[in-house]
Amino acid sequence: MRDITSILPLSVQGLSFDADGKRLLDRVSFVLPGGGVTAIIGPNGAGKSLTLRLCHGLVAPCAGAIRWHTDTGRRRHAMVFQRPVMLRRSTRANIMHALGAVGVADASSRAEAALARFGLAALADRPARLMSGGEQQRLAIARAWALEPEVLFLDEPSSQLDPGATRQIEEIIAGLAAEGMTILMTTHDLGQARRLSQRILFLNRGRLIDDAPTEIVFAGQSSNEARAFIAGDLLW
Amino acid sequence: MDVSSAFAAAFGLIIGLDPQFLQIVGLSLRVTLTAVLLAALIGVPLGAWLALARFPGRPAVIVLVNALMGLPPVVAGLIVFLLLSRSGPLGGMGWLFTPTAMVIAQTLLVLPIVIALTRGTLEEFWGEYREHLTSLGMTGVRAIPTLIFDGRFALATGLLAGFGRASAEVGAVLIVGGNIAGYTRTMTTSIALETSKGDLPLALGLGLVLIILTLTINAAAYGASRIGSRFAG
Amino acid sequence: MLTKRSLLASGFGLALTSSVLAQATLTAPLPAQTVAPAAQTRFITVSSTTSTTDSGLFNHLLPGFKAKSGIEVRVVSQGTGQALDTGRRGDADVVFVHARSQEVKFVEDGFGVERKPVMYNDFVLIGPKYDPAGVKGSKDIAAALKAIQAKGSPFVSRGDNSGTHSAELNLWRTAGVDIAQARGPWYREIGQSMGAALNTSGAMNAYVLSDRATWLNFRNRGDLEIVVEGDRRLFNQYGVILVNPARHAHVKKADGQAFIDWLVGPEGQKSIAEYKINGEQLFFPNAAQPGV
Repeated sequence: MRDITSILPLSVQGLSFDADGKRLLDRVSFVLPGGGVTAIIGPNGAGKSLTLRLCHGLVAPCAGAIRWHTDTGRRRHAMVFQRPVMLRRSTRANIMHALGAVGVADASSRAEAALARFGLAALADRPARLMSGGEQQRLAIARAWALEPEVLFLDEPSSQLDPGATRQIEEIIAGLAAEGMTILMTTHDLGQARRLSQRILFLNRGRLIDDAPTEIVFAGQSSNEARAFIAGDLLW
Repeated sequence: MDVSSAFAAAFGLIIGLDPQFLQIVGLSLRVTLTAVLLAALIGVPLGAWLALARFPGRPAVIVLVNALMGLPPVVAGLIVFLLLSRSGPLGGMGWLFTPTAMVIAQTLLVLPIVIALTRGTLEEFWGEYREHLTSLGMTGVRAIPTLIFDGRFALATGLLAGFGRASAEVGAVLIVGGNIAGYTRTMTTSIALETSKGDLPLALGLGLVLIILTLTINAAAYGASRIGSRFAG
Repeated sequence: MLTKRSLLASGFGLALTSSVLAQATLTAPLPAQTVAPAAQTRFITVSSTTSTTDSGLFNHLLPGFKAKSGIEVRVVSQGTGQALDTGRRGDADVVFVHARSQEVKFVEDGFGVERKPVMYNDFVLIGPKYDPAGVKGSKDIAAALKAIQAKGSPFVSRGDNSGTHSAELNLWRTAGVDIAQARGPWYREIGQSMGAALNTSGAMNAYVLSDRATWLNFRNRGDLEIVVEGDRRLFNQYGVILVNPARHAHVKKADGQAFIDWLVGPEGQKSIAEYKINGEQLFFPNAAQPGV
């Protein structure tokens, strides 16, 4: 089914973004090869979420470049937002809507597969907006998954959830990674970053300070700033 | 005049099923529903466009549309009258003093309500949905069907408000319809005529029937909307 | 879509709605003719006065004419001034009004083909039963108006350039009252129909000039009654005019003329004479009478 050519690696170079004369992202460069979970961490306002939005193409950079290995025409990366956007329709209709938007032929069977895969079959006809936060987040991921992306951007996937739901979501993310999906996520939950990711991008005040394997960062073998952040100090 | 005779008159009209009365009620509904339908067909897309488009002068357009919600029916009637009169630019159509003229006038009255409400609702929804829809490649015009579909219950309220305005007004339909018996006589122009003839019980009776009709339609729409929104969330 | 579906489904089917919708399409070739279910209806538009409609005369006359000719008459009732304007704009085929000088001018200006007298009735002065101006029972309208003005008793004027309004202004002139000078809070111009003027007079205990037909058909009389009648100067002549096809090419000359001919012919005249409310005749046919 999937194109043989991969859109990965993704190469980000000198990415900068200004708003109201303020530099929010300053010459960020990294390469995202296929596979695994990469977590972007850093204090509030560091530019984590903005980096995801730029990579996903929701906002245009002021400077720098975002290059996918191949441009296949159809977008093969999907994004799940911090507050999942639930259309005023049923769970199934939310998935069908996304599939319809990108023009999938076997939308119906793909939607059923997504419902089943993420344990939403019983909730298929429920209005999406009346479900719990965890169920909504699961639907948001299922909806993105149905689009068969190679890369999934997750923005703070469990920031609104209780521990039980967080655990469920983390299992889902690990499962997706195990199936070969490449995941770039932001999180303010350091434990989550440690549990899920193999690689850390540490951002502070718009700059990429560290780009290192997760165990190195958490072993304190990275920059002073990252060390301080992980230790719970406020960074200035 | 006592109110009980008005109730008696209203009751008599409903029970009697007088063909002339039914014709008047039928025409009123036909004209108003057509006007609301036309206003929806024109106003919802326009309102959606206004919700998403960004252009210089947009705030002025929004203020204008909001202000036009208060357009006096007589003025709308006069404008349509001048357009449709044989001596006016569209005189050749021969539409003055026909139900078509009344539909046009009422459409003009309902349109600003539909546009303003669509604009307000969809702009709010767009704020909420923007990132998701953009992520799906649905930007600009492509986003509109989703927004309209999800806003259907709010938009229905707007159409109901439009229906209320159109079915209640007398100034515009009187001027452009001419209150011709059996042809352009509506509930409201009948009420005006019967008042003029001093038959106040009959006038009030007709008024009661109009109120009952409006109530019924509103209740039905409200019920449908409640049931619908339970499914849509 | 809730409203569309539920409103349309509520008994008033799409068929009805779409027929109006079809008319509203700007491409419809002859929309006025294709209007409503009666697609082949032959009709003319007559602009007439509120008195002929409010009195119920047309309801009485038109079925007979339609049965005879197959022509539907669509009556738009307005004040005489406005009715003549409607004719001037070409929005009616026939005008049927009651203000001779205005009618003559209408024809002289080339808007009408010919004015024909049809019928007459009379004006009556209506006032409150307790008669504050003390004019009840008089047959002298000029003296009555003078007394009303002298006492400053409330008087309601149509003020709408209608036939009754211009008759009222003429009567003030006859009474030697310069209403432009004499007007004060007692003189209330309402700018509305005869019926509205009667309603207003009832509420204000005011005097008002009315045509007899509207008065006889008026239900909300309250404390009002006729206080002055029978003066020759209260004569109220109605005339009918075909709008000039030379000015407005779309005027339905033949059908309009057929209506006029019927109205001034024996059948129409007889029908007019037969219209009665409570045994009282409202209009008196006089098409054959010269010089009215």
